[in-house]
This record gives sequence, structure tokens and C-alpha cells, in this order.
Amino acid sequence: MDLFANLALGFDTAFTLQNLLYCLIGCVLGTLIGVLPGLGPIATIAMLLPATYALPPIAALIMLAGIYYGSQYGGSTTAILLNIPGETSSVVTAIDGYQMARNGRAGVALFTAGMGSFFAGCVATLVLAAFAAPLSQLAFKFGPAEYFSLMVLGLIGAVVLASGSLVKAIGMIVLGLLMGLIGTDVNSGVSRYAFDIPELSDGIGFVAVAMGVFGFAEIMTNLEKKGEDEGFLNKMTTMIPTKQDVKRMIPSILRGTAIGSILGILPGGGAALAAFGAYSVEKKSSKYSHEFGKGAIEGVAGPESANNAAAQTSFIPLLTLGIPPNAVMALMVGAMTIHNIQPGPQVMTSNPALFWGLIASMWIGNMMLIILNLPLIGMWVQLLKIPYRFMYPAILVFCCIGVYTVNNTVFDVYVTAAFGLIGYLFYKLGCEPPPLLLGFILGPMMEENFRRALLLSRGDFTTFLTRPLSLGLLIAAALLVVIVALPAVKATREAAFVEE
Amino acid sequence: MNIRNQKDFGAGIMYMVIGLFFTFLALQYQMGTPAKMGPGYFPFWLGILMTALGLLILVKSLSAKAAIEKIPKFDWKIIGMITGSVVLYGILLPTMGFIIAIAVLVFMSASASHEFHWKGTLVNAIVLIVFTYSVFVLGLKLQFPLLPFFLQQ
Repeated sequence: MDLFANLALGFDTAFTLQNLLYCLIGCVLGTLIGVLPGLGPIATIAMLLPATYALPPIAALIMLAGIYYGSQYGGSTTAILLNIPGETSSVVTAIDGYQMARNGRAGVALFTAGMGSFFAGCVATLVLAAFAAPLSQLAFKFGPAEYFSLMVLGLIGAVVLASGSLVKAIGMIVLGLLMGLIGTDVNSGVSRYAFDIPELSDGIGFVAVAMGVFGFAEIMTNLEKKGEDEGFLNKMTTMIPTKQDVKRMIPSILRGTAIGSILGILPGGGAALAAFGAYSVEKKSSKYSHEFGKGAIEGVAGPESANNAAAQTSFIPLLTLGIPPNAVMALMVGAMTIHNIQPGPQVMTSNPALFWGLIASMWIGNMMLIILNLPLIGMWVQLLKIPYRFMYPAILVFCCIGVYTVNNTVFDVYVTAAFGLIGYLFYKLGCEPPPLLLGFILGPMMEENFRRALLLSRGDFTTFLTRPLSLGLLIAAALLVVIVALPAVKATREAAFVEE
Repeated sequence: MNIRNQKDFGAGIMYMVIGLFFTFLALQYQMGTPAKMGPGYFPFWLGILMTALGLLILVKSLSAKAAIEKIPKFDWKIIGMITGSVVLYGILLPTMGFIIAIAVLVFMSASASHEFHWKGTLVNAIVLIVFTYSVFVLGLKLQFPLLPFFLQQ
């Protein structure tokens, strides 16, 4: 069967010594940085991206995938041990995981998270391999109108993940789209919003935006919280779950995997939504629902499986349609473009070794994570003892070196500094930056497809509504807005984010 | 007039300023027609949308039902030290080289912390310089001006 032939090709590519090594390095580095409080996958990938420039494209993407999984696992570790979720998708893990840790069951919680993630990763890799080919066939039926509507859906989906006001989050998307337009207009060659600064004619670098808004701004806000520097550590005990634990976590892992695999595929879905979904399903369906919030093992197993499954399947829209469904994937697009790969359905046909190699290496990355992390958890915990006053200058150094090496120009360093200030202002005003980053990446693509769609329809705006696929996508986007605005959903959404 | 939600009020103003900025500048570029859009068309309407969203947030922040939220204070010392250290790194790197630029970056940024101690920072700076030098310069072979201009050949 095709699926197996393709996977074999993938494993052939990924199982070279060099690629295995990069996968390993990526997992280690990703965990290392992801474990640091306050640094989630977005910041980690942005920071480590420059380290992959010198590599061949396949090795670079494999390493980035490793970094992604590593940092996600690292985020769960801090969520469980310190009640500091590194990113939105581990917010719910912190609720019950941290309580387990306080009951002296940190080891079991980490083990559960690791096993759940691994199982979910295996299933989601198969889903990815099975659905990638048919979906990319669908992609060839997509015209500019469909692409535009899909991006609208994706952007609206990203809003669901913002914790604050819906309108403010939509505003951040629009701001991101606008910022993405800075630079030379591809159709007319006119330089827009560049103010005759030559460095701006290619647009603002996304690494600079990401590092400024997520890295620098984060440091400034963390420094303000004087005194709450060293988090206290709970003592670690055994990692081996009891029979009762195993019996309770297996169904949760299965449910979490299913929820995560489905939600990950939807543009804008992604890991965080999956984790929230899985948590509420577990809470509703468990006969131990009274234990939730007090250290129920299902509350760790479900969301952790779901977010890892979703992390995997969220590569599907990226690899088949070329559309990043969330901010992390937006960074992956940036990484691919730097290596001269245009993400989209053509990657699978023009560069099958890269495509299937990447999929295979995701599975390998998951396996490495479990081998690495179970024995190394003690070491990651040690890392948490480094005081923040040594850590943040190091983060600054890595960001400054990284952003300089993108184009070998200090102009990007200044841009990053400016976005640090902007990010700080966003934080103070309660505006969340992840939707901005997604809008920033999609801006030029969206304009391009919008223009082409209207060119084809001779200026008739109804083209977005008369083409069935496009209409369906827009209806889905409208439904999302309605669902999020519903009072009941609004309340649970707010409750879920209170932890942050 | 009573501003109940200061955060939203501020965000509304910010969105409106940015929106108007993009809209007005878009007028300089050719608009074109929907069928044959010029470079100004898309940013113009996006700017209008941004301004409208800003206005909506602004109005909502004044309503009697808005949650009372204050904008937290800005810590100018931290902002200045962190941003300043990064800008200084940008200025120093091409002329004074990698090693000095990083040392300055570490020292200046570290002094923003209320727990700053120069001995610890010195060790941190040395460790970071050795580490980044071996990884980025020796390992990944990235090109940097390493030494100050007067020591370069």
C-alpha cells in the first residue's frame, strides 16, 4: 500500500545517523529551553531557529520538529512541577498536575504525561501519514477564494485561544495582517510603509517580531514581579504508577488522543483548544469527577495526550495547504522559507523524501522524548534552580545573536528591541500577541489570494459566497465566533484561563 | 466622564491610532478597483477595520457594565536597561566586536534586576561568551566581527 511505501521512504530518510543526531539535539535543546519558566514553544523555536540555518533543509526541519516537541514536553514539566505553564496548551495540565505534585505524586504525573504524549504521538503520526495525501489532493481544488476563506477561518480559530476579549484579539489579528503588508507589494512593485528605509523593503523579519514580542517583552514583565523569583520545588518520589493509576489513565489517553487528532487538523484548532476540550470531556465523563482540581490523574492524561496529538496533526494544514494553523506553525513556515521550501501541496510531490522524512522524524522525536525524559527529569528539575537573574541575560544574548544572524545586519536587532517595547505595551493593555504573529505571517498570502479571487470574478465580491467550499469555510468561521460569544462557552473559557 | 476599563480604553486608542495611520498612508498608493486592485486597496480597508475595532473597544470600555481595570504601572528603569542593552549591542557589534558587545549586553541587562551582583554577572558573562563563541562561531561557523576594529587585521 502507498501509505507504507511512503512511510518506509520517510524512515529511510530520517534514519540516517546525521538526521537522528539532529532530531536528538532538537529534542534536548527544546526540552532544555522549554523547561525554563515562561518560555513556551513559540519563544523556544524563535530562539533556536538560527541554529538550524547552516543545516541542510531536511535536517533543519527535523531538528525544528524535535525542538517543538521537546519544548512542549518541557512546558508540561514546569506546569506539573511549578504550576507555571510554558504555553496555553499546558494550562489545563497545571490544574491537576500541580495538585498531584503537591501530593508527592509529581513523578507519576510526569510519567503519565510522557506516556500519554508518546501514545498520542504514535497515533497522530499515522493519522498524519494517512490523511496528508488525500488532503493535498483536495488542496489542488482550492482556488484563491477558498484559500482566502480558509485563512479567515484559521485566523478566527486563533482568536478562540486568546484569553481576553474577543474584539481585542481580532484587533491583534488585523494589526498582524497590516504589519505583514509592510514592504514591497509583489503585484505592483510599490514599496509600502517602508519610509525609504532600504531594510524595510523586504518587510519586517518575523524572527525579529517573534523574539521581540515573546522574548524581550516577557523578560521585562517578569523582572517587574520582584521577589517571586525562585519557585519552590516539591520533592520527587517514585515515577511508577500504581495499577489503579494505569487503569484510570488508559481510557483518558485514548479519548485525549482522539480529540486531539481531530481538533489539530482544523485550522486554528491546535494544541491548546484540544487540551481544553479533552479536559472538559474527562471532567464530565469521569466517575472520579469530584477529584478534579485536586490531583485527578485523568486531568493530566487526557489533556497531555490531546495536546500532543494536536501538535502532530496541526502539521497537516501546513504541509498540505501551506497554511499555518497556529503561531508555532507560522514559525515553521518562516523556517521553511528560509530554506527555500515553499510549504504547500507541491512539497509532497516535488520533495517526497523531505515530506515523509519529516513525518517519520516526528515519530522518532516522540520516541526520543520518552527515552530521554523519563531518566532525565531529575536533571531538568535541577535546571529550574538557576536563578532568573542569570537566566534572562542568557536569553537576551541568544536572541541578539540569533536575530543578527538571520540577515547579518544590526538593523534587525533594533527592530527586535522596538518590538520588545511594543510587546510590553501589549502586555500592559491586555492584548495577546499570538494572534498577531499568525496574522503577520498570513497577511501577504491573504492579500494575494483576495486580489486574485476578485480578479477572477471581475470584482464580484459574491465569489466568496457562491463557491461552495469557500462558503462552507466562511460559515464555519462565523459559527466559531458565535460559539465563542455564547454566554456558557464564554464563562468556561474565562474560567479555564484564570490559572494564567 | 469615567473610564471604567482603562486597559481596554488604552487598547482602543492604540488600535485607532494604528488603524488611521495605515489608512491615511494607504491613500498615497494607488487604490484601483476590486477587479484590479492597486497596492492601496487592501491596506486601506484593513486600516478602516482596525479603526472600527478600536472604536468599538473604546466605547465598550466606557460603558457602565465594563469591568474596572487599571493599566499596571510601567517600570521605566527595567524598560530602559533591557531595551538600552539590546540597542547598545547593535551599536557595538560592528565596531567593537562580538566579545565586547556581549559583555556589555550581559552587564547592562543584568543590572535591571533587583538582585544584581557584579561578581555573579561577571561569571555569567564569561560563561555565556565562551559558550556562544564555541557554539556559534566555532561550531556553526557563523560570521561575526569578533574583535574591536583597532585589533582587526
